[in-house]
Amino acid sequence: MRMLLIDRRAWQEGLKRAAGQYGLIGPVKEKEFHSFRPLKPGEMPDLAFQNSRLSPKHVVYPQTEPMFAYTLDEAREDRHLLKEVRREIPPRAVVGIRPCDAKAFVLVRLNFDTPDVQDPYWLRAYEATTFIGLGCNAPCSSCFCTTAGCGPFHEEGLDLLLADLGEAFAAKVLTPKGEAFARTAGWTAEAPAGAQSAFQERARAAEGRITSFVQTDHLKSIPVNDLYNAPFWEEVSFSCINCGTCTYSCPTCWCFDIQDETRGKSGVRLRLWDSCMYPLFTLHGSGHNPRGTKLHRVRQRFMHKLKYFVEKYDRGIQCVGCGRCVRLCPVNIDIRRVCNMMNGFAVSGEACAIP
Amino acid sequence: MTSTTEILRETAARLLASGAVEMVIGFRQGTIPMMNEPCFVRKPAEAGLLVWDSHCGINLANYVTDRKEKKIGIVAKGCDSRNLVTHILENKIRREQLVVIGVPCRGMADKRKIAMKCPGEILRVHETETAITAEGEGFTRTFEKADVLQHNCSLCTHRNPVIHDELAGEPVEEQQGVDRYADVRAVEAMSPEQRWKYFEDLLAPCIRCYACRNACPLCYCPTCFVDESRPQWVGKGQDPVDVRTFHFLRAYHCAGRCTDCGACERACPVGINMRLFTKKLEKDCLELFGWEAGLSLEVRPALDHYRPNDPNDFIR
Ligand code: SF4
Ligand code: SF4
Ligand code: SF4
Ligand code: SF4
Repeated sequence: MRMLLIDRRAWQEGLKRAAGQYGLIGPVKEKEFHSFRPLKPGEMPDLAFQNSRLSPKHVVYPQTEPMFAYTLDEAREDRHLLKEVRREIPPRAVVGIRPCDAKAFVLVRLNFDTPDVQDPYWLRAYEATTFIGLGCNAPCSSCFCTTAGCGPFHEEGLDLLLADLGEAFAAKVLTPKGEAFARTAGWTAEAPAGAQSAFQERARAAEGRITSFVQTDHLKSIPVNDLYNAPFWEEVSFSCINCGTCTYSCPTCWCFDIQDETRGKSGVRLRLWDSCMYPLFTLHGSGHNPRGTKLHRVRQRFMHKLKYFVEKYDRGIQCVGCGRCVRLCPVNIDIRRVCNMMNGFAVSGEACAIP
Repeated sequence: MTSTTEILRETAARLLASGAVEMVIGFRQGTIPMMNEPCFVRKPAEAGLLVWDSHCGINLANYVTDRKEKKIGIVAKGCDSRNLVTHILENKIRREQLVVIGVPCRGMADKRKIAMKCPGEILRVHETETAITAEGEGFTRTFEKADVLQHNCSLCTHRNPVIHDELAGEPVEEQQGVDRYADVRAVEAMSPEQRWKYFEDLLAPCIRCYACRNACPLCYCPTCFVDESRPQWVGKGQDPVDVRTFHFLRAYHCAGRCTDCGACERACPVGINMRLFTKKLEKDCLELFGWEAGLSLEVRPALDHYRPNDPNDFIR
């Protein structure tokens, strides 16, 4: 695999050059926190960050997205017809995305791109995007990516992976998309052996700095009903306020709602993020709610990520260990703790280990 | 361990052992620095789980709403106790159901403020009565507690629980001469255009997760107006008009009830100070009706009764 060396000047100039052909999206600090948004002409991504406060999933999957437009004007021939709203997405690149967030798109794709159904909105946006990852030299204490099927220099879902070597970046070219971006940016200098081993060294050191882990080896084999009926859900869910912050900030949460918004005689059908933590998510037209209590909802979130998903796709857990929900939950419900409780439940049979 | 923690554990164990309560709601040690988790204990042996420090900012009154137990022990700092009073007045719980374990409060720490003052990720935090020390890789920073309090706590004038059956510690001195509404006055002084712009900026990062609403003990409606679909009062997307509608209406629903406990601001994942809205109404209530929420079980709230000597002409 090719590795390039990009010094600071080549980096800045390369991004400026690439901006001619790609819409660039990168981390920018606004007020207190970093978030991913389109870069203004000449603006450089601010890579002095651990990770963005919220995940960059909105780049592919906006929180509010028009799918169809319609008219209710009875005088018009095309009244009551839903017409696709096509979001044209010119080539763009997310610069500085963390490996966990890039891998998350790979997991989310399982939902939007199946043999039976392909979601055109999600797929068009995904395919138009080049992912230029930045390895984490200094992961946070709440990141547990290495035991969540990912890692600080994980490559899945990335087209180019950068290691910050201080004076320069070493960039591993992972896909033809990555190759094309590098060419456009004019990054051609091959990394010398020293930079190549520095890349490996950064990656190894970063993994060594991860201090937080989950155990997932038993999740698949524990009978689903055992976990569903496990005695710990009341204790786990007690503090939850069903705010949905965990799911909105999560790069792997994919659930959505559909709403029509009509103004006068015309309207749009929107797709909006939704969350299994909200009572409305499962409320039936009859008024009955099959997940009527927060215990149901908290259990659903963890069972989906850590059991149903595991069984259905056999691709590990639906979590990349970015730690956002751990850091942002206002009441400190910690998926690492719950994951280990679920995983430990099989081993001890009935009593659960509360770490 | 602070002595408040010890008193709480002893009190909880005693109440549970004697059968005076079926459960005690309090805080347990969190899994990350500066976060404790609301929890319940049902057995005297579990009372050792309970902790108390400057990271117990969640308003626990939120956790007794409509609970069915006959007797619930609940740990309550000043603002929690005021929200318990409001809950009792609004029939969300009965006074007889509660054994209030009051904690005289010295204010809760603002974890974002502390994080911003530190050069790296905070890995450990410890505290004394007046100082908080944060440590991370290669740094140790000690702050006067008064400098890193949640904004609402730095303005609090009711630190001692207003109702309690037990008290975990000596009452603290209340802060005197606090100017509670400087921030509201600054907004009031703006021109309408400036104010509009100010609110636009303030709410721009909102993702409408509703953590602020859900963290609020007052927001217990079975179906919040934003979730109604027949009729649908407000759109569900990111349209700024809808975002503003949510915030302004929620603030009005909390008028005369809000205790400025700060739970909403603390819960917001993107750091929005939506307290400004509720505080404006709190200020109005104080100025127009001399009313502060949650101070007494004997007096009906300003907005749910009529007094013949109402100072406003329009109502007479
Ligand atoms: S962020 Fe925490 S409190 Fe909010 S819904 Fe998720 S688990 Fe519950
Ligand atoms: S579940 Fe939590 S840790 Fe896992 S990917 Fe989602 S936000 Fe990150
Ligand atoms: S905002 Fe209003 S309607 Fe919604 S929960 Fe709060 S009080 Fe109820
Ligand atoms: S908690 Fe923050 S982001 Fe969520 S709805 Fe409230 S103000 Fe918006």
